[in-house]
Amino acid sequence: MNTNRRSLLKFAGLAVLGWSVKPALTVFAAGGAGPREAILFASRHGAPTGEKALKAGRWAMVIDTSKMTPEIQKKCIEVCHKTHNVPSIPTKQEIKWLWTAQFSDVFAEQSHPYLEKLTKRPTLTLCNHCDNPPCVRVCPTKATFQREDGIVMMDFHRCIGCRYCMAACPYGSRSFNFQDPRPFIENIDMEFPTRTKGVVEKCEFCAERLAEGHLPACVEVSEGAMAFGDLDDPGSDVRKLLGARYSIRRKPELGTEPCVYYLI
Amino acid sequence: MYDKGKVLAGLAVFVVFMTFPFWFNIGATPFKAPELAKPKDAKNCVESVEWMKTEHMQLLNDWRDMVVREGTHEYHSRFNGKEYLVSLSKTCMKCHDDKEKFCDKCHDSLAVSPYCWDCHVAPKGENQ
Ligand code: SF4
Ligand code: SF4
Ligand code: SF4
Repeated sequence: MNTNRRSLLKFAGLAVLGWSVKPALTVFAAGGAGPREAILFASRHGAPTGEKALKAGRWAMVIDTSKMTPEIQKKCIEVCHKTHNVPSIPTKQEIKWLWTAQFSDVFAEQSHPYLEKLTKRPTLTLCNHCDNPPCVRVCPTKATFQREDGIVMMDFHRCIGCRYCMAACPYGSRSFNFQDPRPFIENIDMEFPTRTKGVVEKCEFCAERLAEGHLPACVEVSEGAMAFGDLDDPGSDVRKLLGARYSIRRKPELGTEPCVYYLI
Repeated sequence: MYDKGKVLAGLAVFVVFMTFPFWFNIGATPFKAPELAKPKDAKNCVESVEWMKTEHMQLLNDWRDMVVREGTHEYHSRFNGKEYLVSLSKTCMKCHDDKEKFCDKCHDSLAVSPYCWDCHVAPKGENQ
């Protein structure tokens, strides 16, 4: 095509007209509270529609740090790793979906040395199922994608192990399989697949359980220290808790809009 | 004609190579479809047996995308109109509970090695 001044001006005119109808900011980089589809924003896939499935506009998790004891944390981690065939590899190549870290590490920017009761407390952490997830945007194969109900899913079949998502996730929520995980799984659960060498994995908010009408496994055993529900529904447990108590999120300043909330 | 001998020799070599597969197989036993262990209680599969024989790989591929990417967990059979749960381990392998006596039989004899079982856990006939 021969681009001359006249055709360029025509094109530019059209573009300006277009952007005045739909501003560039929302077209390119919306996320979070904005519209949920945009060019630079992750495209979204369908969520289960079946009769039994639990449905939500926006799934979120609330962790009550005052009710959370180390025993409950241990139970939650065990049930998660057991139901999802997460291997226990006792080296740096460890795979984790749900784990604990010191409060001062999980909330580095919100801690100071005099928060004595909090800083050393083990804090449960997992994938935040961000509303504006950088891991989805960088995944070249779309193995990582987001559903309409907010869950950031992985299509393990499609992951090529490039680990862009691990570099993009600011929370270290993803693990890479450096080796075949099967020898490190004590009792393999027949109903859930294992992963293979060269594939990344993480918590999926128990998508497979929601599809069958169950709450996430960790929430179920948490003795009320965790809640799971629909942020879009003002009457949901999570909204009631967030309305009543003070809550924080991990690295909110990054704009990823994490959907795991911690009650303080 | 130049080099008649060389041309004829070349032709002969060519014909021998071309027909190699045919005469190499003379006397070999013809391919026999392997005997598969059929499920004891189930009367039919999610689709007709004939269709499953040729299309199961396509079906499994579609099922994978239905569950993982579209969030569809119900499959409506065109064969008997029933609804099935879209799941390799919870539907297929509940009937075909011995991978070695079912899947492997055909795959081995055709030298096909699908990588399903690298992740999905194969039942070993204990009928979970
Ligand atoms: S926590 Fe990390 S892996 Fe999870 S959605 Fe956010 S960026 Fe992605
Ligand atoms: S490692 Fe897998 S999930 Fe992560 S960016 Fe690469 S292909 Fe996507
Ligand atoms: S929501 Fe499910 S997958 Fe995620 S940490 Fe809890 S039990 Fe594990």
